[in-house]
Amino acid sequence: MATGTEPPDTESHTVSGGVRTGTRAAIDAPHLRTDRWWLAPAATAAGLLAFIVYSTWRAFADTDYYAAPYVSPFYSPCLAERCAPMRHGPNWELFGSWWGISPAIIILIFPLGFRLTCYYYRKAYYRGFWASPPACAVAEPHKKYTGETRFPLILQNIHRYFFYAAIVVAGILTYDTVLSFRNEKYEWGHMGLGTLVFLVNIVLIWAYTISCHSCRHIVGGKLRHFSKHPVRYRAWQFVGKLNARHMQLAWASLVSVALADFYVFLVASGAFDDPRFF
Amino acid sequence: MSVVDRQEWDVVVVGAGGAGLRAAIEARERGARTAVICKSLFGKAHTVMAEGGIAASMGNANAHDNWQVHFRDTMRGGKFLNQWRMAELHAQEAPDRVWELETWGALFDRTKDGRISQRNFGGHEYPRLAHVGDRTGLELIRTLQQKIVSLQQEDKKETGDYESRLKIYQECTVTRVLKDGSRVSGVFAYDRETGRFFVLEAPAVVIATGGIGKSFKVTSNSWEYTGDGHALALLAGAPLLNMEFVQFHPTGMVWPPSVKGILVTESVRGDGGVLRNSEGKRFMFEYIPDVFKEKYAQSEEEGDRWYEDPDNNRRPPELLPRDEVARAINSEVKAGRGSPHGGVFLDVSTRMPAEVIRRRLPSMYHQFKELADVDITAEPMEVGPTCHYVMGGIAVESDTAAARGVPGLFAAGEVAGGMHGSNRLGGNSLSDLLVFGRRAGWHAAEHATALAAARPPVDEAQVDAAAAEALRPFSAEGAEPAVGPPENPYTLHQELQQAMNDLVGIIRREGEMEQALEKLADLRVRARRAGVEGHRQFNPGWHLALDLRNMLLVSECVARAALERTESRGGHTREDHPAMDRKWRNVNLLCQLTDPTGGLAATDPVRGQIDLTRETTDPIRADLLALFDKEELVKYLAEEELYE
Amino acid sequence: MSGYTAHFKVWRGDVKGGDLEDFKVEVNDGEVVLDIIHRLQATQAPDLAVRWNCKAGKCGSCSAEINGRPRLMCMTRMSVFTQEETITVTPLRAFPVVRDLVTNVGFNYQKAREVPAFVPPAGLGPGEYRMMQEDVDRSQEFRKCIECFLCQDTCHVVRDHEENKPAFAGPRFLMRVAELDMHPLDAAEESGLDRKKTAQDEHGLGYCNITKCCTEVCPEGIKITDNALIPLKERAVDRKYDPLVWLGSKIRRRSSAE
Repeated sequence: MATGTEPPDTESHTVSGGVRTGTRAAIDAPHLRTDRWWLAPAATAAGLLAFIVYSTWRAFADTDYYAAPYVSPFYSPCLAERCAPMRHGPNWELFGSWWGISPAIIILIFPLGFRLTCYYYRKAYYRGFWASPPACAVAEPHKKYTGETRFPLILQNIHRYFFYAAIVVAGILTYDTVLSFRNEKYEWGHMGLGTLVFLVNIVLIWAYTISCHSCRHIVGGKLRHFSKHPVRYRAWQFVGKLNARHMQLAWASLVSVALADFYVFLVASGAFDDPRFF
Repeated sequence: MSVVDRQEWDVVVVGAGGAGLRAAIEARERGARTAVICKSLFGKAHTVMAEGGIAASMGNANAHDNWQVHFRDTMRGGKFLNQWRMAELHAQEAPDRVWELETWGALFDRTKDGRISQRNFGGHEYPRLAHVGDRTGLELIRTLQQKIVSLQQEDKKETGDYESRLKIYQECTVTRVLKDGSRVSGVFAYDRETGRFFVLEAPAVVIATGGIGKSFKVTSNSWEYTGDGHALALLAGAPLLNMEFVQFHPTGMVWPPSVKGILVTESVRGDGGVLRNSEGKRFMFEYIPDVFKEKYAQSEEEGDRWYEDPDNNRRPPELLPRDEVARAINSEVKAGRGSPHGGVFLDVSTRMPAEVIRRRLPSMYHQFKELADVDITAEPMEVGPTCHYVMGGIAVESDTAAARGVPGLFAAGEVAGGMHGSNRLGGNSLSDLLVFGRRAGWHAAEHATALAAARPPVDEAQVDAAAAEALRPFSAEGAEPAVGPPENPYTLHQELQQAMNDLVGIIRREGEMEQALEKLADLRVRARRAGVEGHRQFNPGWHLALDLRNMLLVSECVARAALERTESRGGHTREDHPAMDRKWRNVNLLCQLTDPTGGLAATDPVRGQIDLTRETTDPIRADLLALFDKEELVKYLAEEELYE
Repeated sequence: MSGYTAHFKVWRGDVKGGDLEDFKVEVNDGEVVLDIIHRLQATQAPDLAVRWNCKAGKCGSCSAEINGRPRLMCMTRMSVFTQEETITVTPLRAFPVVRDLVTNVGFNYQKAREVPAFVPPAGLGPGEYRMMQEDVDRSQEFRKCIECFLCQDTCHVVRDHEENKPAFAGPRFLMRVAELDMHPLDAAEESGLDRKKTAQDEHGLGYCNITKCCTEVCPEGIKITDNALIPLKERAVDRKYDPLVWLGSKIRRRSSAE
């Protein structure tokens, strides 16, 4: 029976591979979608591109990243000798004077890796940049596809380790936020507009980090019997709720981290005076 | 002429719903090489539409429950017309059949202590229905499907071939059961995709094709429900039992027109939903029949208390057996107190928080949102009766599921008659499928094993005749030119559905049923001219033309039996005989083909194709009768039965 | 709004070829695409091949592509289209066509067989299973699947690359692996079957690049990607890419060799 449970004989027909494979319904159009399916991948690509351009410029700029008490999240922790001095700041000279370029590069690897291997961003750039696929039921332009089965994309599986690193980075950014409750004379108990920017940013960074799929797995998803681990079950449920908003949090935290950096840049370059609340 | 493909099997199961798959599993596990034939894809059977649950007295939710109580409820629901031995076996074996599903991977909703949760349903004294949200049928079908796959994986390991001992023929339709003398010798079928014919030779055939709802216009049944198994059995010489009993589910969707009839699960009422008329009144309190007066709440307050404290209160009348509720809704609408689209209101929105509704009735929420644009957490649903289930069916031996009079023919599930009497309780169908599916598979395997040395041969002439019959729609034009032009099978089908709905529907009258028989005779003559365009490859017009034969046969059975039974009982309501008559309690009506050769050529428009005979049932065994109070039995049983 | 005449394009043909055919057809209030297809059958094209059963979104038979999007015909209301819009209905484009809107979905049944079944725990008889609701919730979500195969159809891994079909089970059956791996009583591990590992080694989990089209088209609203595929990927990581686990197994192997 051809509608039976045997697979059809496809070998003799596989010519072009995709929706125009010989055995499939003979339709020339690669897709028949009539809605604006290209809007989402185009917007994603544009948004990511804008961030890449901005962050590349800022990461290599090597200036205007510290305006007491604020340190740009791109440069925190600052681990080279060449770093601008920051009092109590996340400023440890692990790398000596031999490090000749912007110290942002050392630390940005981690958040970059975290976001690059993030399950949401993967979807976003596979669709937006790779067109693999550009949108659902829209044919992709590639002849071959092996997904994440081989090098380099098999490395996506290390997302979990970037997650651990991201926790450390988020911890340091939290420390920065605490430090931002000082004034430019390093006296405690003050607050400016920058403090507020940092607060919003750190909340979003944490929310994005905690909502990560790997985190969801580690806190409880890997368990077989939730009933035997009630605390981890609660944690898993909480992370699950955040996880449902992972995409929104990914974008919100991307924008907020760029804004926080830009704020520091404006203050440090003297273009803007940080309004102090108290 | 026939160069049709032939294969040999021990047991052939026709139908891949719950009963068919359960039968196939049992037959294969007992060593019979088993083939399953189904009209749709594997796993799409109508069983997926069952929502509420599987009735089994496991006693997880209320420890007082046991098989005796379940038996009692089933007999009451069926108004004591049930084949009591089937009802007994069913009540006794249902828990084992449910537990067995768990060992095959089913995941039912759980109680607090980790056992299978059970819910309330109409006519059941205790919470008894094992369920998974409101998609229990899907869980059942998927579990059985996956069990079959696991058996095939075992066979693959042993023999290198998944299908060496158990094979599913998807999208194939059986048009004839082949016989050697009186014994079954195989089936004749066509493959829908290619249109090619084939014969499966087998000494045992299990019919598990489900119901007949597609003969009615407003129905919850899918296109497959064309009474194929009923007709196959009739044509093979087996009698059908009590075909007048057709259950109209009280709550089907009434709007929009295109989804009219689609089921609204009884769990909506089991979980607290109430029925109101256009005046906002909970009208069911007016419709509690005398036989149920002591069992149901007399006030809204008591009914509401029951959801919390079922041991000290009586249940609300919304949970009366289905026939009662369907008739009540029908009367309200007739009296002009219906909803805008001709139903009544079923409301959960004022009874439960929105979040609970979405959790407990997810697919109802989904169904109304998507199909009718109604948010059931905020507004009431509009519902009305819809043809749902046929209690009548192939007359079978209670213990073996063997069809009477045709050795080698077995039947299980909705297509088999007797188990549910005049009215089926919700939740009893899924358990019926499992209990009697297993029994049918078991005895079919035994029957086949006994005949292993001397398999009944397939008669070449029957194969040729079956092929010719199946091909007739293609040569409709010119075949009988004097009689009239070819007929559109879709038009014939619509006329049949309209006639059955209007004339043999939920409320029946003598004159109308006579009219229906005339209309059926006319359709029968025209159906012989049903013609189709195109070729044999996946041609739905052709398939319908072939199904028409079955629907016409079954419809005639329903109409004739309904005309004969001059009382109202369960799924059979006569306006001209509105009361239940104790004298009819022990009378079964059997339908048989007039022409015993199985040929349908002689279509006498007046006499029809069906002969009706009456049969007195065996008296109910004393120990089973003893489960009831005398006062209750008096309402059902005739004097002489009581003193036997 | 009452009846109007809509313009439909329906693909008709078989494996030898075919084309989009134009139809003008009446549409009434509250109808879905499947109603219109049925009207075409009854009035204009009696041999138009289409699969359907329940007409209520519960059986998953009437899968097709409507204006290029994989959907169930019975759950696509006509009111989502404007009256002027041309509505194009084609068969699923990831599977071999049989005739008109009917495709050969045998691929899916083959894949279903390749996933080893539930392994009942030894020592627990029927009726002795005890499972907590919170432990079955996850697998129950996946068991809502009606096997309409829209996810299999839309998944670009096989839709756009016929050659990947042998190696890739597709979202529906990777979800089945996840369902069994999360089943509180599945005894696969005790029987020597590691579903976390086979998900990647035998069912092609690595092909999935989590672009979420399966979730987007699922008529049951199952979060296939977030709740089944990604957790399964993480479980595979536990087994195969966790250096600590890897190191541990190396050491254990060495000490047992000595």
